Amino acid sequence: MKRAFLGIDVGSVSTNLIVIDEQDEILASLYLRTQGQPIRVVQEGMQEISSLVPDDIEIVAAGTTGSARYLAGVMVGADIIKNEITAHAIATSRFVPGVQTILEIGGQDSKIIILRDDIVTDFAMNTVCAAGTGSFLDQQSARLCIPIEDFGGLAIKAEHPVRIAGRCTVFAESDMVHKQQLGHSTEDIIAGLCEALVRNYLNNVGKGKEILPPVAFQGGVAANAGIKKAFEQSLGHEVIVPKHFAVMGAFGVAILAREKVEQNKEETKFKGFEVTDFSYQTRSFECKSCPNHCEIVQFFQNGEVIARWGSRCGKWDVQAS
Amino acid sequence: MKLTFPHMGYSYVAFKMLIEDLGYEVVVPPEPSKRTMDLGVRYSPEFSCIPFKVLLGTFLETIEMGAEVGISSGGVGPCRAGYYSIMQQKIINELGHDFKILSFEPPQSNYLDFIKKLWMIKPKRMSWRTFIQLIKKGYKKLEITDEIEFLMYRYMPYEINKGDTAKAFKTALDMLDEAQTVDDIEDARWEGIKVLAKVPQDRSQTPLKIGIIGEIYVVLEHAVNFCIQKNLGEMGVYTDRSIWLTSYAEKNVFVEGREGERDVFQMAHPYLNEMIGGHGINSIGEIVIYAKDGYDGVIQLAPFSCIPEIMAKGIVPRVSREEGIPVMTVFIDEQTAAAGLVTRLEAFIDLLKRRREQNADKRQLA
Repeated sequence: MKRAFLGIDVGSVSTNLIVIDEQDEILASLYLRTQGQPIRVVQEGMQEISSLVPDDIEIVAAGTTGSARYLAGVMVGADIIKNEITAHAIATSRFVPGVQTILEIGGQDSKIIILRDDIVTDFAMNTVCAAGTGSFLDQQSARLCIPIEDFGGLAIKAEHPVRIAGRCTVFAESDMVHKQQLGHSTEDIIAGLCEALVRNYLNNVGKGKEILPPVAFQGGVAANAGIKKAFEQSLGHEVIVPKHFAVMGAFGVAILAREKVEQNKEETKFKGFEVTDFSYQTRSFECKSCPNHCEIVQFFQNGEVIARWGSRCGKWDVQAS
Repeated sequence: MKLTFPHMGYSYVAFKMLIEDLGYEVVVPPEPSKRTMDLGVRYSPEFSCIPFKVLLGTFLETIEMGAEVGISSGGVGPCRAGYYSIMQQKIINELGHDFKILSFEPPQSNYLDFIKKLWMIKPKRMSWRTFIQLIKKGYKKLEITDEIEFLMYRYMPYEINKGDTAKAFKTALDMLDEAQTVDDIEDARWEGIKVLAKVPQDRSQTPLKIGIIGEIYVVLEHAVNFCIQKNLGEMGVYTDRSIWLTSYAEKNVFVEGREGERDVFQMAHPYLNEMIGGHGINSIGEIVIYAKDGYDGVIQLAPFSCIPEIMAKGIVPRVSREEGIPVMTVFIDEQTAAAGLVTRLEAFIDLLKRRREQNADKRQLA
């Protein structure tokens, strides 16, 4: 049996699963849409990936990351549950040696990670508004009836990108509508949107950060060549999109899971790909013990509570081991 | 007359006693909850900051509980908070409530106004001497509240059983709450310190040290900052915060610019030499102090749209670079889901841990 490691990244928009071997080679990877149903998508993903990996492997460690990392972690029995920032930094430094800046734009959030000597020295995440994240691009592509996959290709064809306000999605959208009604070509508008998004990112998330090359650009939005080009123009140097840009978080946490199990020589807590056979349920209630009325979320596996979250005082918290 | 006051951390223990001592009925403000936030947000201007909204919500809640007068504090310098009590008074009146906000400004800005307001609070038959003694006693209780809270965060990272220190603190706070005389307060202090010290601790680890700085309200009120110090403590991090009510009062209200305060300004001097309102200049100075004290990192807490803290944030990258200490800024607004903050805290802790390991390696090589 070959030893293999599983990484799962459950984000707001996409869920990625990855299985790597001891040499960090990818044995199988999967990119799925979360569609607001992390439980279902993790179950489906586990089933799908189990058919993709070779038969002679054994998962000896599993890790989860992303905004639903705790949920996914208790579902599959993760050995490590890690935040996205650390996971991304770990993976990128493997693929882009000496990387000093990571630009990451995902579905609901965007972040910048600054590394020096392979160590994270600074990071920032968008705090106030989802303007300039994948969800907004998705929305606009739907409005313009252009598949999101073609968005980037159209943007680089533009000859005279129009200027679009990028600070706020409401401003951006009304600007786009007005420019479109003046008869500007779709290419020019999309390219303008890409530029606006980059401007907003650099002014908001990247504010005050020293962006030095090599610069890696990843996350779902990195598939968009228009954004990559806008970044290159704005920063004045090359922007590298790593080969596995969309699954870097999952990759990173798989590496972390391997390191942890190797270091502590532990048995994995991984429950096996069979989690698909369990029934999972989330139910919540309002705790009335104090005026906070915290919403307590209970997570059931086959009718049994395996985790509880949400109380401010910690009264209800249980984490099944 | 039924008196109330804003909720700010655990200070209610002291204010409650003082108001009762003066012979008034007290309405203890409830800890800010979702309902407080709902009320505050509904009646506040949209662009005002979270301290304004929570404070207004708290006053509205206490009005329901029968409060007639609310004691509040003003402020000087270029921060909107100076006008907050005036705005809140207008809003409350427009809603048809008969409620008066008595806002104490720092005395040096207007002595007459300060004394006039004290006169309004002082019961007519009480001598000024007794009045001042009672205030001193209340202040003492406030200092001890600060002290035991401080000890809680100091012991937390070492606790063996998660949650023990928080429980011990609750016990100590309850004891202090019951103490009414100067002697009782002193006894409660020692008992409280003992209870906290008894929490089983594992001292073999050297926890990360993080300093918490920023705007006073969001730093002090654990109900709006997602109990950041408690959260970090239970993640095994030693935290210290730059602002405490008693030191605050000492430095900002009673005698302007005592030793500590001047230090902060002096420390901030190379980077910022101008009052920018609120705790902006303090934030800069405190980063320098934490860096000099060997802290691993600093977290700046700021209400979303807070001008002084935004200005400070603009200077932070340079301070951070030159003093060699990572700083993370967290903006606080209406959000109630802690997930976003937890992600940032975890990532920040990872960053600090790796940095510490790297520095240790470098030292070993040298």
